[in-house]
Amino acid sequence: MWLIRLFEEKVDQLFAEGVLRGTSHLCAGQEASAVGVVAGLRPTDYVTSTHRGHGHFLAKGGDPRKLMAELFGRATGYAAGRGGSQHVACYEIGFLGSNGITGGGIPIATGAALAIQRRKQDHVVAAFFGDGAANQGVFHEALNMAAIWKLPVLYVCENNLYAMSTPVREAFAVEDIAARAAGYGMPGVVVDGMDFFAVRAAVAEAAERARAGGGPTLLECKTYRMLGHSRGDRRVYRTREEEAQWAARDGIPRLRDALIRCGEMTEAEAERIRDDVAREVEESVAFAKASPVLPVEAALEGVYA
Amino acid sequence: MKDLITAEGTGAPARFKELYFTEALREALVEEMDRDPEVFLLGEDIGIYGGCFGVTRGLLEKYGADRVRQAPISEGGTMGVAVGAAIMGARPVIELMFMDFITLAMDQLANHAAKFRYMYGPQSRVPLVLRCAAGAGRAYGATHSQTLEAWVLHVPGLKVVAPATAADAKGLLKSAIRDDNPVVFVENKVLYQSRELIPEGEYLIPLGKARHVCEGADVSIISYSRMAREAEKAAGILAEEGIGADVLDLRTLAPLDLEAILESVTKTGRVVLVEEGTRTGGVCAELAMQIFEHAWDSLDAPIQRVTTPDIPIPFAPELEAAVIPAAGDIATAARALAEM
Repeated sequence: MWLIRLFEEKVDQLFAEGVLRGTSHLCAGQEASAVGVVAGLRPTDYVTSTHRGHGHFLAKGGDPRKLMAELFGRATGYAAGRGGSQHVACYEIGFLGSNGITGGGIPIATGAALAIQRRKQDHVVAAFFGDGAANQGVFHEALNMAAIWKLPVLYVCENNLYAMSTPVREAFAVEDIAARAAGYGMPGVVVDGMDFFAVRAAVAEAAERARAGGGPTLLECKTYRMLGHSRGDRRVYRTREEEAQWAARDGIPRLRDALIRCGEMTEAEAERIRDDVAREVEESVAFAKASPVLPVEAALEGVYA
Repeated sequence: MKDLITAEGTGAPARFKELYFTEALREALVEEMDRDPEVFLLGEDIGIYGGCFGVTRGLLEKYGADRVRQAPISEGGTMGVAVGAAIMGARPVIELMFMDFITLAMDQLANHAAKFRYMYGPQSRVPLVLRCAAGAGRAYGATHSQTLEAWVLHVPGLKVVAPATAADAKGLLKSAIRDDNPVVFVENKVLYQSRELIPEGEYLIPLGKARHVCEGADVSIISYSRMAREAEKAAGILAEEGIGADVLDLRTLAPLDLEAILESVTKTGRVVLVEEGTRTGGVCAELAMQIFEHAWDSLDAPIQRVTTPDIPIPFAPELEAAVIPAAGDIATAARALAEM
């Protein structure tokens, strides 16, 4: 979780310094959701992600150096600089891709689960998406198909209360997005997305149900992003008070304190982990900066398999 | 049919059988499904109903509901499901009941299927086929009669195939299914009921190779799908008048067989392009520009195109027949060029 937090803060800083170009959608604050979900799955399971996908990617085992290199647009990045933040994938670790279309990963995860079912394997696919995506038409279509076909897919809605600047109270007539699950004939579960243990437990239960042929689940992680939607977002649509309230529920100190309390870790070890990770993030920046950009000719290739 | 690739690799097949266009497509599906367990079908009413036009008749009974996966009316979601299955190594063949409904599938087709290989790199392949029933002539009205090849031609990363004959349909569908890229496979619904000769035995037709329909020295007529059949009829009309038409059936629009096009154009110097799609921004506009770019000094006359006008397709059968190009319209255009 520190890796995600420090990575995102570093990216934010690099943009502010004018070093990185384009835009970014940072997930600082939502670490417990990303890490909790992946921890509740097996390493051989799959995930699809969103435009806000760095956390999902790093949680799944993505290499921060190659991810940073991609943000720098370098040839050593996951997409050789052709994809950028919103378009990276690493099938080898089961990361089926971040996605620039809101909700785009939802039917894709459903199809991946269909392939798994057809092969009679016991993998599970988790589809990450936000509150905004839950209003896309393909959300409806995909959840319905997963339910009628009993596909091994977990729909993980990270409800951070805002779709860009639109608050959920203006976009939904229901309080919980998970309430929609009933309409599709699947379980709907609401979980504290700032609590790593709660997320992990909910995902593990849903994954076992899916593996046993029990079909999909809609999980709603209540969470909050600390930074803006993207670059240049002055967050005029929410209050500093609200931000402070959620910062007090930060999942990282919560997990750290729990691990120290039960003797899994000491304060010193916790500090060392944070320092190691900070170094790792610095190294990823150095790696990216030292990497070349693809030659232009290469940008004209690779359209077709 | 000298350019057919037989399973044995060389020579033309010795015998033929008579099949409906739909049956030829079905044979391609059966052969590819028997060959590769990863090939499966997705679409509306493809199960017990056999598909809106009967292409998948009998396949549910043969392969079961897992493999002939009948979807609810969810073109967008179904397209995305196909993408997700394909990136995992499955080879879905989706039936889109009417090409007009491609609008509903467009995000997953154009923003995902078409772009994954480029963005995500060699690890990512999307080997799916989207079979579309296109075309007017059945008085189905404006939202059930379109030919929208121009829309998908404009998306880098898609392949676009449009057979004109049943024999080509079978060989091209087999190749499309084996292709590791997303292929939009355009079937003309009027041609579905055409009964034609198909070679016995297994054969494949490569994507990106045009079919030289008939030889002529005076004017090139270049088209695809049902209009290639109309072009062939027009050539017959013109032959009676002593005008030799060199007719090319493109078969594939992306990748385009530019070599075959230029070979014909440099031979005749006069070109009529034909499509069933509407005029502005259509396939012919692209073909004309490529001909102009590569062979303008071979041209003895301006390039002509015969298309449907820029209107939604009208319902009344008399009106529909009047606006869709036919052999007579093509012959008129070619005659005018030949007389210049």
